Amino acid sequence: MPDLSTNCAGIRSPNPFWLASAPPANSGAQIQRAFDHGWGGAVWKTLGVPIQNVSSRFGAVDVRGTKAVGFNNIELITDRSLEVNFREIYETKKKYPKHAVVVSLMVETRQEWKDIIKRSIDAGADGLELNFGCPHGMCERGMGSAVGQEPKVNQEITSWAVEYSSVPVLVKLTPNVGDIVPHGLAAQRGGAHGVALINTIKSIIGVDIDRMVPMPRVGGQSTNGGYCGSAVKPIALHMVAQLARSSEFEIPISGIGGVANWRDAVEFILLGSSSVQVCTEVMLRGYRIVEDMIEGLTEYMSSHGFDTIDQMVGKAVSGYSEWGDLDLNYETVAKIDAQACIGCQLCVVACHDGAHQCIHPNPQGGPSGSRVPIVDESECVGCNLCQIVCPVPGCITMEEVDNGFTPGTWNQHMAGEAALRPKKGAH
Amino acid sequence: MTKIAKERAENVFTDFKAAYTPQQALVEANRCLFCADAPCIQACPTGIEIPQFIRKIATGNVKGSARTIFDSNILGMSCARVCPVEVLCVGKCVYNEMGVPPIQIGKLQRYSTDHAFAEGWRFFEAAPDSGKSVGLVGAGPASLAAAHELRRHGHACTIYDKRDVTGGLNTTGVAPYKMKADRSEDEVEWVLGIGGIEVRTGVEVGRDVTWGELLQAHDALFVGVGLGPDTRLDVPGADLSGIHGAVEAIERVKLGTVDLSGVEHAVVVGGGNTAIDAVRELRGLGVADVTMLYRGTEPGMSGYAHEWSAAKDEGVRARWQTQPVAFEGQGRVQSIRCVRLDQAKQPIAGSEHEVPAELVLLAIGQSKLEALLLGLGVTFERGRVVVDEHQATARPGVYAGGDCANGGKEVVNAAAEGKRAALAIHEYIVRVT
Ligand SMILES: Cc1cc2nc3c(=O)[nH]c(=O)nc-3n(C[C@H](O)[C@H](O)[C@H](O)COP(=O)(O)OP(=O)(O)OC[C@H]3O[C@@H](n4cnc5c(N)ncnc54)[C@H](O)[C@@H]3O)c2cc1C
Ligand SMILES: Cc1cc2nc3c(=O)[nH]c(=O)nc-3n(C[C@H](O)[C@H](O)[C@H](O)COP(=O)(O)O)c2cc1C
Ligand code: SF4
Repeated sequence: MPDLSTNCAGIRSPNPFWLASAPPANSGAQIQRAFDHGWGGAVWKTLGVPIQNVSSRFGAVDVRGTKAVGFNNIELITDRSLEVNFREIYETKKKYPKHAVVVSLMVETRQEWKDIIKRSIDAGADGLELNFGCPHGMCERGMGSAVGQEPKVNQEITSWAVEYSSVPVLVKLTPNVGDIVPHGLAAQRGGAHGVALINTIKSIIGVDIDRMVPMPRVGGQSTNGGYCGSAVKPIALHMVAQLARSSEFEIPISGIGGVANWRDAVEFILLGSSSVQVCTEVMLRGYRIVEDMIEGLTEYMSSHGFDTIDQMVGKAVSGYSEWGDLDLNYETVAKIDAQACIGCQLCVVACHDGAHQCIHPNPQGGPSGSRVPIVDESECVGCNLCQIVCPVPGCITMEEVDNGFTPGTWNQHMAGEAALRPKKGAH
Repeated sequence: MTKIAKERAENVFTDFKAAYTPQQALVEANRCLFCADAPCIQACPTGIEIPQFIRKIATGNVKGSARTIFDSNILGMSCARVCPVEVLCVGKCVYNEMGVPPIQIGKLQRYSTDHAFAEGWRFFEAAPDSGKSVGLVGAGPASLAAAHELRRHGHACTIYDKRDVTGGLNTTGVAPYKMKADRSEDEVEWVLGIGGIEVRTGVEVGRDVTWGELLQAHDALFVGVGLGPDTRLDVPGADLSGIHGAVEAIERVKLGTVDLSGVEHAVVVGGGNTAIDAVRELRGLGVADVTMLYRGTEPGMSGYAHEWSAAKDEGVRARWQTQPVAFEGQGRVQSIRCVRLDQAKQPIAGSEHEVPAELVLLAIGQSKLEALLLGLGVTFERGRVVVDEHQATARPGVYAGGDCANGGKEVVNAAAEGKRAALAIHEYIVRVT
């Protein structure tokens, strides 16, 4: 049986699954229920000077009938009094000594940071998470992403927190920046023990086209919100991997953004996260999703020979390189499994209109004949589009072609060290 | 250990509900809404966490999916095939409320449990030996579920069955287009895989061994003997050849071969689920003209509407509000003399008529095994063993479940009651012995 326990920046938990700082981690009762379901840790809903929220607060994007593929919110930090929050943190920690309770914080002045950190640690926090990421509302007040977007401010506030804290400090980064690395490095310079990313992405989730107001609508107005949920996973994975592979960046990562099941979690871990945090999928489906996450991760680890989470962390990072180091002589073509093909010909239209016009209807086809399309392999550039649109799992595979060329990258080519195969489909 | 013949009449049948391919299972699993406090769970007598097992199929965690199913119902493989899901879980799927096709829970459950069998996944281990033993009478679903749960608590189990096959009606009774006898035996072997369950077939309690001896030999008893033989119809000509009890005839289809030569017209008397199974099986075995003859009306029949609708699609006919008054023929039945009944089920004068039949199956109910259990000190109500909410009978240490206690329900009820009894037996053993 693999060991799922993890140590992320000195914060230990029985498994790597933490609730992200958000509504599912709003109160002690909720977090305790989540722990009973199997969650290994929770980052408390951000504490600061309690705010007043609007209604409504959330919006979602549905894609071809699937609800809430992407999600956004315009809510702020906690609206509950600090006394109540700290009392519940204390009670939760007392009942669940082995689970990770991390307290997320967002205040303004140095004195405020000092006070709230002391109270958090007195209440029993296992770690702190500095919310430098909220991209709406709080940033207008000079906090949240307003801090996260300025490496100097980030570093300075981080260094205050580290000075006042006796428990590990994670800095939660905003994705609303051009390059994440300087921001991770700023936190590291400030002395952070780890970073957590991503917070939400600035967004307008949609527009009410009858009322002509963006969503979510607050009376006659709306505002930009923070985007999250399954749709943001690729952005989050990229930012996590950017930091993980940066040679200067050396502190642990807690991965967040679009984790909905054990597979997503495995991806974050393989790209360098030693814990993963979840908000939206819990909001959509509840704490009970963790049962499958624990089982799926356990099975994955067993079948791939991992005994500990540590052994897994970052295993895919070395597979992430620069474009210029990719092998331009590696060639694939699409193959269609005629037995599996259902004849929808989505691949034909996708290739014709969106790629290289090399999948064709079967000339022997017609009303009574086969609708299995034919790939012109001499023209196929191996782009994957057909495989992506094909509704039948495993029907279209991308098969490697032996073209006789030894591997050669663009960088090698520019240095005169590699011959490139002739281009395909470029006419 | 299997004693089932290879050549069986049931072999001609194919699955009425085909197994899902991985693609089909994924599409269906992804449709599930993962409801909270889900009505499908409430509708399952064994309370399987249905949304959870379906979500696990969707994420590729099929092993976890099977674990979720078996954790609630160790007979989840057969239940996936034989449960009347249309009136249980699937019937309660919230999609019905939207007018959208409900999730095919049975087919998804079959997908995961078949995988578990094919891969040889095992999920449960027996607890350390408690030194106590439990005797279970009948090797049907009720006893199997009970024995497995008792092993999880470390108690030694001995199952007695008078037949030389195991699995009870799951092996000898359920329609072959749902599940065949050998698949039921596979399940028995899989359940027994937990170890520590001795199965003694060919031992009829009451004849080969007495209840007293069993009470002596074990710390507690579980009675899962099911129901008795088919009820006979007491009318002139009832002894002619070609007239059989339906359950008995189905057992021959399931376990042996049958000779239907010379049978052009077959009549099944009754309007319950056994009657519907019998007509569908006769059609499937190639009888051209199969009629169900029932004294009630079509809306009033006790058989499930979805099953009857399938029977009609397969070409079965019905004579409603009709009752046999005599069987006619020379040595062998040739026809049935019938009367029509009015709304009050009274014969209508002058309505006598002949219905041709070279084969008649009687599906008017199974008798109760009250006589067998008389010496045991349990109580009865309309032939059923009376049990409390823990399946305990009037006699301390004796528990009962399945058809003998519920009067004849489904495999899934037997599984639920067997498990419930096991938990109560465990408490009893720990407390009293
Ligand atoms: C024709 C038919 C079709 C059915 N189809 C379905 C279906 O599709 N789906 C569904 O869910 N349910 C179906 N059922 C109902 C289902 O089979 C039963 O509810 C279920 O099998 C009951 O389980 P049980 O363990 O209580 O009894 P049984 O399955 O009847 O098992 C009782 C066992 O006890 C043994 N026994 C009896 N007396 C003694 C004795 N004196 N000593 C030793 N052993 C003894 C018997 O040999 C038998 O093996 C069907 C029933 C019938 C008759
Ligand atoms: C309604 C809502 C409220 C949130 N509140 C906070 C917060 O108070 N503090 C914080 O650090 N992040 C907050 N977040 C961001 C989440 O913690 C998380 O970083 C983000 O949603 C991405 O993860 P996900 O895709 O799993 O939702 C909030 C997100 C949502 C949807
Ligand atoms: S989810 Fe709850 S709080 Fe939110 S709008 Fe609905 S009922 Fe109100």
